[in-house]
Amino acid sequence: MGKKTDKPGSKSGLSRRNFIGTVGAGALGAAMVGPGTATAKETQAQTDGHLVASLNVNGRRLRVPIEARHTLLEVLRDKVELTGTKEGCGRGECGACTVLVDGVPKYSCMTLAIEAEGADITTVEGVMNGEELGQVQEAFVEEDAFQCGYCTPGQVMAVEGLLMQNPNPSIAEIQESMSGNLCRCGAYDHIFKAVRRAAELKAAGG
Amino acid sequence: MLPNFTYERAGSVDEAVEHSASEGAVLHAGGTDLLGCLRDGVFTAEKVVSLSGLEELKGIQATRDGGLRIGALTTLTEIASDATIAERYTALSQAAAAAASPQLRNQGTIGGNICQRPRCWYYRGDFHCLRKGGDTCYAIVGENHFHCIFGGSGCYIVHPSDTAPALQALGASVRIASRSGTRTVSLDDFFVLPADDIRQENILEPGELVTEVVLPPLRTGTRSVYRKVRDRGAWDFALAGLAAVVLMDGDRVQEASLVLAGVAPKPWRAADAEEALAGGSLDDATIARVAEAAVSGAQPLEHNGYKVQLVRGLMEETLRGLEA
Repeated sequence: MGKKTDKPGSKSGLSRRNFIGTVGAGALGAAMVGPGTATAKETQAQTDGHLVASLNVNGRRLRVPIEARHTLLEVLRDKVELTGTKEGCGRGECGACTVLVDGVPKYSCMTLAIEAEGADITTVEGVMNGEELGQVQEAFVEEDAFQCGYCTPGQVMAVEGLLMQNPNPSIAEIQESMSGNLCRCGAYDHIFKAVRRAAELKAAGG
Repeated sequence: MLPNFTYERAGSVDEAVEHSASEGAVLHAGGTDLLGCLRDGVFTAEKVVSLSGLEELKGIQATRDGGLRIGALTTLTEIASDATIAERYTALSQAAAAAASPQLRNQGTIGGNICQRPRCWYYRGDFHCLRKGGDTCYAIVGENHFHCIFGGSGCYIVHPSDTAPALQALGASVRIASRSGTRTVSLDDFFVLPADDIRQENILEPGELVTEVVLPPLRTGTRSVYRKVRDRGAWDFALAGLAAVVLMDGDRVQEASLVLAGVAPKPWRAADAEEALAGGSLDDATIARVAEAAVSGAQPLEHNGYKVQLVRGLMEETLRGLEA
């Protein structure tokens, strides 16, 4: 789906939104300073009483100026501009904000960004295959496992976490592992089938 | 957005004790209850003291007397998937596995789970209730479907934890660090009823934190179970739960520990039921007597009378299940 680009795609942590702005102009936003580079902006941010968090997002090391009260969800969406992760409830109840932290599914709305320092954070952008869908996403498309699609990134990340722990889950195990992700459209049946399909795709190495 | 606060990452238990002793300081373990409370304005935090760097508070180790020590920062998932706990302290394994949702179990800690604040929707909502320092309980004549049938007095919350009843039934203690050193407190003495202090659910004062949970060795033949009843099949607090720990002598019950979840402001030891069970066998007549004893003295509110029959049935089914 879509043409391949010659710059690494979403796996790098860059979002499509700022991709155009970064290529050619060579400018990176204050949120995306590479390791070891201190800009004047960053120094000023520190003296303002803000923190600078070292976050590893989708394999890319970032230094992001934040406040301690910022959740991981807010930082991912507003600072790192990876808007695939959604806010469904903001209360740690619906699972739409699920990301992987060191491979483990967690609610990013209930995680302080500063608490995620040092961990490997994976968002839905990070399970793409360049510009192609990853296997779990592919399975969701094949099994028609979403209607409005709003809960879907969270569902996908919960599945990714599940299949890392249990590559061949039974339906009962799937239901248990996905119980932290609500779908108001009611696509559950299709979601469970998509998990089985994703397990097949991963096993086949496809 | 959360209200603003300063953030300190404690480098040692002593540092955590010092930081958390100051006015307006709150502890951050997994953060899954803390962030919800801050967002809902249940209380305010001037300073958040993070414990997440304290490796010494994580992990499950055998103790010299054959028991188990669980660091307070051990996650519910780690506890639910531990083979030793599943085999020897089954009620705790089942309780941890039944709590919350997978994502919350991955992040929530055992220390945080037993210290979590109530879910009463007045407490969590924009109501300045007694527990928050106001002068009214809104639940008494309000929507009290999920409030207590035992131990209420002025305030009618239920303690939301599943692991706390299991730990109490298993005879666990907590180690508490403070400026004056460390002390050990049995779970039987850790929780507080509204009649004794309406502002807090446990004995911890500012500058004190739970560092670990200690489980005693259990005698051979001890069996335990945690059964949770909720509206949904998963991802919900208990309408009622039962942690049952039973030591059999042949077909007679030598010792029984029965602690209920979801019915009182603290994990509720069904003492009358324990007495009715001790020395008996798990036959229908005894079980019926035990179930009746479990609800003696219950004081349901207008909308939570269903909990009385629920506790009876829960007691009967769980004990029958143990007999099998």
